[in-house]
Order: sequence, then structure tokens, then C-alpha cells
Amino acid sequence: MTRDDIIDFIYAEARMLDEGRYTEWLNLWLPDAHYWMPLDYKQTDPINETSLLYEDQFMLRLRVERLNGERTFSQKPKSRCHHVIQRPFVDVFDPENRVYQTNTAMHYVESRLDEQQLLALTATHDLRMIDGTLRLAGKKVELLNSDAAFGNILLLP
Amino acid sequence: MQAEDIKAMVQGHQVHRDVYTSRAVYQAEMRHLFRSAWVFVGHDSQTPTKGDYITTQIGDQPVIQVRHSDGEIHVLHNRCPHKGTKIAIDRAGNTGKFFRCPYHAWSFKTAGCRLAIPLKKGYDGTGLEETPNAKGIAAVGAVHVYRGFVFARLAANGIGFDAFFGDSLSTIDNMVDRAPEGRLEISGPPLRYLHKCNWKMLVENQTDTCHPQVAHQSRAGTAIDIYKDLGEPQPRPAAMQIIAPFMSPYEFFEGMGIRTWPNGHGHTGVNMSIHSDYDAVPGYFEALSKAHGEARAKEILDENRHNSVYFPNILVKAPLQQLRNFIPLGPDKTLVESYVYRLVGAPDRLVAMSAMYNRMINAPTSIVGHDDLEMYERAQEGLLSDGLEWVNLQRLYNPNEDFNEEAVENGTTERQMRNQFDAWVKFMTVDMDAVAAE
Repeated sequence: MTRDDIIDFIYAEARMLDEGRYTEWLNLWLPDAHYWMPLDYKQTDPINETSLLYEDQFMLRLRVERLNGERTFSQKPKSRCHHVIQRPFVDVFDPENRVYQTNTAMHYVESRLDEQQLLALTATHDLRMIDGTLRLAGKKVELLNSDAAFGNILLLP
Repeated sequence: MQAEDIKAMVQGHQVHRDVYTSRAVYQAEMRHLFRSAWVFVGHDSQTPTKGDYITTQIGDQPVIQVRHSDGEIHVLHNRCPHKGTKIAIDRAGNTGKFFRCPYHAWSFKTAGCRLAIPLKKGYDGTGLEETPNAKGIAAVGAVHVYRGFVFARLAANGIGFDAFFGDSLSTIDNMVDRAPEGRLEISGPPLRYLHKCNWKMLVENQTDTCHPQVAHQSRAGTAIDIYKDLGEPQPRPAAMQIIAPFMSPYEFFEGMGIRTWPNGHGHTGVNMSIHSDYDAVPGYFEALSKAHGEARAKEILDENRHNSVYFPNILVKAPLQQLRNFIPLGPDKTLVESYVYRLVGAPDRLVAMSAMYNRMINAPTSIVGHDDLEMYERAQEGLLSDGLEWVNLQRLYNPNEDFNEEAVENGTTERQMRNQFDAWVKFMTVDMDAVAAE
């Protein structure tokens, strides 16, 4: 396991989202992991205050199956997304305990019909090596303007 | 715009599409309706100590809610009386003992009255003291704090707070009574969700019980499928408890019932609601019983009102301690701010449930909000069609219905939407009629 392997994982995850390979993407996650997108700048409590997202595997699976579903009217027509990512910092590299953490700056573009929006964000990935495979133990996406008023954000930044 | 023009747009079972699309109507709403009605400003726990303030809007009017040095809450127009500069632009802060305009340092007490003007001799003999500008920051017409919720009326004269809300205050009562210590506290900032549609579409949708099974089918139906696939684990995931009832059949929503009160207020969930079947939180009933006795605690928790609309533009969910503020920004633009409150003295799991509901249903990232917004925006665009000029509100319509009477009806009636438009005409024209009578 090298730092490049960790960085490759981050790139591959973003590519899965951009290409809509959601079933493959769901398989990256460990059962207890959460996808957190804070609402407040520097928010510390995901439980007792509102977040934009704080989703367990039940909710993520629901989100994905809904994106693929027939009666999802806000996805008729479907949205598209595009992540442009800066080379991740590997902030924790601990092969002995098989624990890793990265910090990645990204620009996220989402489009549907004639609309397109750009979000700047910092993603923190918590990774574990399980049976020789890197898995997601948690992902936090901090939008630069998380406290701004948004229209729909339909896919996953 | 004349009173006759306003009245001609509402015909009981239908309203003219101009009420949603016309800029002239929107401007008349800001000038008349939002001046004459009592409008939500904020919660007192957002400004707990002296000098604390928040900035918000009443209609299109920028205002400041501030805790004055005597402990009272004041609501001021957010405009320096000198050049018009906004006194505060951050969403919340503390100004100490006075406001100071950052442009020319005119300063004001936190109740608005003028404190000092630099180089004041420049105004000697100019007549400044005779102008309203010299008095200080203008206050709104009237302020009333009801069990922590701050409401204001922009107009100096008009209907009183109690007469405006009447028995509809029972929903706020039930929400606050659910706190063992009898008060709420805000928990974090609100979600802020922009909608490219008219504000009234959002308010109407709160008592539209015939859309969840359709617009939200993708989410609720899929959730039930996943839950079954997981082997129906117990206790049910909290997300499942929130989502599944949205797929209840029409008969369930009919049985929920709808109550309307005079002046445009009303609620769904008279008999029970989609919020009735949440798992009990350990320790909560005991805490509430200690405060009120078991019988009263049970009575409080047996009331499970779904959506209570306070005309003109807020929604309260008493069983989940939520408030949504539909702030009009234009005929086709609305900012929705969705708040959650903590029941002081109750276990944390209750506010955790409220926060979960808020992000699952009301967030710009919510799979529920997505489908609602899609419908509103399609309607806003579709209403530009000249194929038909009238919007239908006829479900369970009775030509003799009297909105001055409280009524309880079948939970799928559109009576509450008609009730809102009855109040809309009343408060759009109340000051026009007064002028005409002079």
C-alpha cells in the first residue's frame, strides 16, 4: 500500500459518481459509514443540528435506487455531474492499523436542462483496508458556501 | 392596483393565474398584505442576551430582531435613517449597547432611538431635528412575542395579534407544551432553499394531501422495498419511520382531517397524521409527566397535527418542533428557511429526529424537496400558458362555505387553500378599502 494507491482511490470514487456507476460506488462503503455534508460552516454536530446530508447506508441506497427509478420526476430528464479534483493530501497514512485519511479540494459542476451550477468543496475521506480492499469508512463534504441559499442539488458533490 | 382588481382574481373555486405570475400583484402583496398581516420574524432564543440581533425580512422589508437593554425584543427596519445603509448585514450577531452605522457613525440605542451624530454642529439651524430621519431607526408597527415566537405587523394600525390568529395558536401551544420545561430553543441555523416559484404555491402545498402518493412515490415506495429487502429490521430505522407514511393510501389522508380557522389559518391531521406512529423515545414521557402529570402529558402527545399553516407565510409542525418560513423574493422567487427547535428538558433523541426530518424532507439536497420543487417550478412555467387563465381549487368545494367559521372536514379537501385566498383578498384590500372609505 502506497500513498499513490490512496490517491488513486479518491480519483476513482469521483469518477464513479461522474459516470453514474452508483451500484459500484455503494459497494465502496462500510456498513456503519456516513456521508456527511454540513449545513453550517465548521459545523461539529451532525446529529442534533440540521445538515444538508447525513446519510447512513439505508439512506444512500434509497438515494441511489431513486436516481435509477422510473417515477423520479426531478430526474426526468436526468442531471449530470462533473468533479474536478486537486491532488489529495494524505493526512493519515497508517498501514499498520490499515487506517487512512485524505483531504481533497474539488470543484463540482452539476447540470440539468439549461441550468448549470458550480460548487467549491473540500472532501475528507476516511478509509480502511479490509481484506486487501480499500473501503470508505466515512466521507465529509464541506461546501465553501454551505450556509448559502441553494436551488436543487440533485446528485452527490 | 384597486380592491376590485384583487377581488376579481379570487372566485371561490378558482383563482386567476396572475396571483402567482404578475409582478404588479406581487408588489401589491408587499405593499398591502405583508403590511397588514402579522408576519413571523424569528424565535426569542435566536437573540437570548442583550444586544443580540438577527436580520431577516417581512415581505420585502429588511428588518432586525434585537434584544434591547431592558430585555425586551424589538423589531426595527434595517435602514440607517441617514442615507439608507443597512445597519446590519450578518445573519446574527451582538451589537452591544447600541447600533452604529458603518457609513457615517450615526448611532442608535437598540430600541432604535438616536444616540449620537458625529460633528453635529453641522446640522445646527438646518431643521434636521424636525425630520423623521433625526428620530432614529424606525420600528415596525407592532411586535408580539407568543411563547417564544416573534411576530410583527408593519402597519402602525390594524388587526390585533389575538384577533388575527385566534384559536390557531393552539398548534404553537401544543409544540411548546411538548417541552418539559415549557420552552423551545433553536438548534442550529436553518436550511435555506431557493425556489423559482411563487410563495403561495409553497404555502398551499402544506395542506395538499393528494400529492405525496404521487410526487413522492419514487422515494417512499423505494424505501419500503429496501426495508423489506433488509428483512424488516426492528426497531425500524428512523428514516423509515419518517418516509413510509408518505405512501399511505388516499383513505388515510381523508381520515386525517383538515381544520380551518378564520384569517387563512388551518391544519391537516385533526384526528391523527403521518407523524402519529413514531417510536417512543425512552425517558421523554416520564420527563413530560413529571412536569404536567401523566394525563396531561398523554393529552399533549396524543395531538399529532401534521402541517399547520399560519397565514400568510409560515408552516409549523408541532410533533417535530419545526417551522418553515416562506419568504417572498419576487413573483417567481421564494426563499424557504426551515428551522428545528429543541424541547428544553427533553432527551436529545427528539431534536435528533427533528434534524433528521429536516434534512431528509426540506434540504436542497433532500430527495423529497427535489420532487416538490420540480412540481412548483413546472407550475410556475406552465401558468404562463394562455390555454387557460384559471387555477382550480375545487376539491370538496361547497359554494356556501363560510371561512369566518372554524370547520373540520375530510382531509383531502382544498378548503384550506380557498381559506387562504379568502384571507388574501381580505388583507390585500383592508387598507385599500379604508382609504376608499375616507
